Amino acid sequence: MKKGIDKWDAIVVGGGLAGLSAAYEMARNGLEVMVVERGEHCGAKNVSGGRLYGHSLEKMIPGFAKEAPIERRIVRERLALLTEDGGTVIEYGSDRLDAAPSYSVNRSEFDQWLARKAEEAGALVITGITVRELYMEEGKVCGICSDKDVFRSDVVILADGVNSLLAQKIGMKKEWDPEHVAVGVKEVIKLDSQKINMHFGLKDGEGTALMATGYVTGGKIGGGFLYTNKDTVSVGIVTTVGDTEHSEVAVPEMLERFEQHPMIQPLIQEGKVVEYSAHLVPEGGKKALPALVKDGVILTGDAAGFVMNLGFTVRGMDLAIESGRLAAEAVLRARALGDFSQASLSQYETLLNESFVMRDMAQYQNFPGFMASSHRLYDDYSQMADSLLAQLYVVDGNRQDDILTKAARAAAKVGLVNLALDGIRGLGAL
Amino acid sequence: MNRMSVDDKLGTNMFRVDEEHAHITIKQEKVDHKEIHKLLLACPAHLYTLDEEGGLQFSYEGCLECGTCRVLCGKSLIKDWDYPENGKGVLYRKS
Repeated sequence: MKKGIDKWDAIVVGGGLAGLSAAYEMARNGLEVMVVERGEHCGAKNVSGGRLYGHSLEKMIPGFAKEAPIERRIVRERLALLTEDGGTVIEYGSDRLDAAPSYSVNRSEFDQWLARKAEEAGALVITGITVRELYMEEGKVCGICSDKDVFRSDVVILADGVNSLLAQKIGMKKEWDPEHVAVGVKEVIKLDSQKINMHFGLKDGEGTALMATGYVTGGKIGGGFLYTNKDTVSVGIVTTVGDTEHSEVAVPEMLERFEQHPMIQPLIQEGKVVEYSAHLVPEGGKKALPALVKDGVILTGDAAGFVMNLGFTVRGMDLAIESGRLAAEAVLRARALGDFSQASLSQYETLLNESFVMRDMAQYQNFPGFMASSHRLYDDYSQMADSLLAQLYVVDGNRQDDILTKAARAAAKVGLVNLALDGIRGLGAL
Repeated sequence: MNRMSVDDKLGTNMFRVDEEHAHITIKQEKVDHKEIHKLLLACPAHLYTLDEEGGLQFSYEGCLECGTCRVLCGKSLIKDWDYPENGKGVLYRKS
């Protein structure tokens, strides 16, 4: 504990990317900041699929990838539409991806790195302490309580993750609707880096990100993912919590099914599981966002629900970093006014609205509903691609129709009307 | 890759088990098969099981602290859900 501080300028609950970004930015601007993290070290409780879109961190710490513990730079994007016995895989590679690089990361290491950056900037990072209550005075948040002590502060930044029990306790958000949150389950599989390069056609330092849909979750909402790290591969599935009770298999079996799939299994064969993790993923989009500020308190990152799952991309970490940085900016403005009321802190909402966070969340605000109402995205399109490509590639001496006839026949299987409806609804959602 | 049981997968993790205090407790007296079924399917760590009498059994030691059970059954079978004591519980190193 820094001596002589009986009131902090800001206390951050949660040493993940949102909390540490907020702490870094505030400390850099001269504020006395304390971060309290419940894990033994920052990142010890954190799980991501594993890909960080670098743009928002780049803004805060230019050239971060040169010093941060990144695993691989993603140079190949794969979309896998799986059927029971096979599937269609689209792979995309282009120098265009270099313009805005993304990286596979190990959160346990990456978050410790960002914690060190926050410490270097002057923040105090305390780990291994679970904050169970916020300290309130006359209905305003004025600090935190831990075991026996009270730590006072002008403002508290809640970056305590998707469950955010603290935000629930003070009535800023309700318990998650099972339809608005997904559960992700992931294995980290040890695999020699040269084997990874060979399995995916990569050079040293280059990585592949794979998103899979279709057979993975048995036609239910959700999908699979695979990210290559240096000498491990992260493989997992994500499925809506509310959907799990209608599933024919238990959640851990979905992951097993994905890993044993003939299009996936060869990529990870000879690998050895070295860690098994699970985490909730906000999925409600903009319409499910909670109150973001109250007197003396600001919500950031997963706690605020800043995640966008579009099926082919999943974003959370870049939104967490930006929201943390903007929370810091709002605190600096509130401090200049000497006013930490809800009205003053609502600067945060203004800043978010002007940023890519709300712009992108708003642009896709109807997408979660579209995904939920259209299970076809998850299964039928995999079937359609399968029947089209089977007609193209199976040469058996029988008459070969032209490609348009084949496409029409494949589309007929899904139903052209449904296809058109999906298209209209999908475009409307974007 | 050989198929691994969920228990074996959990065995690859590091846990600082809190021997004295369970951070999640369930209402064992309550028998609602629909709710029980939800937990059996959804828990990523397979910590919810049925005993021979069809009663719900739960062990918190291998908990991954995801919160799925609380979201699904926070108003029915879950009596209390909180984070483990300071620094205890799962400790991810490679995720």
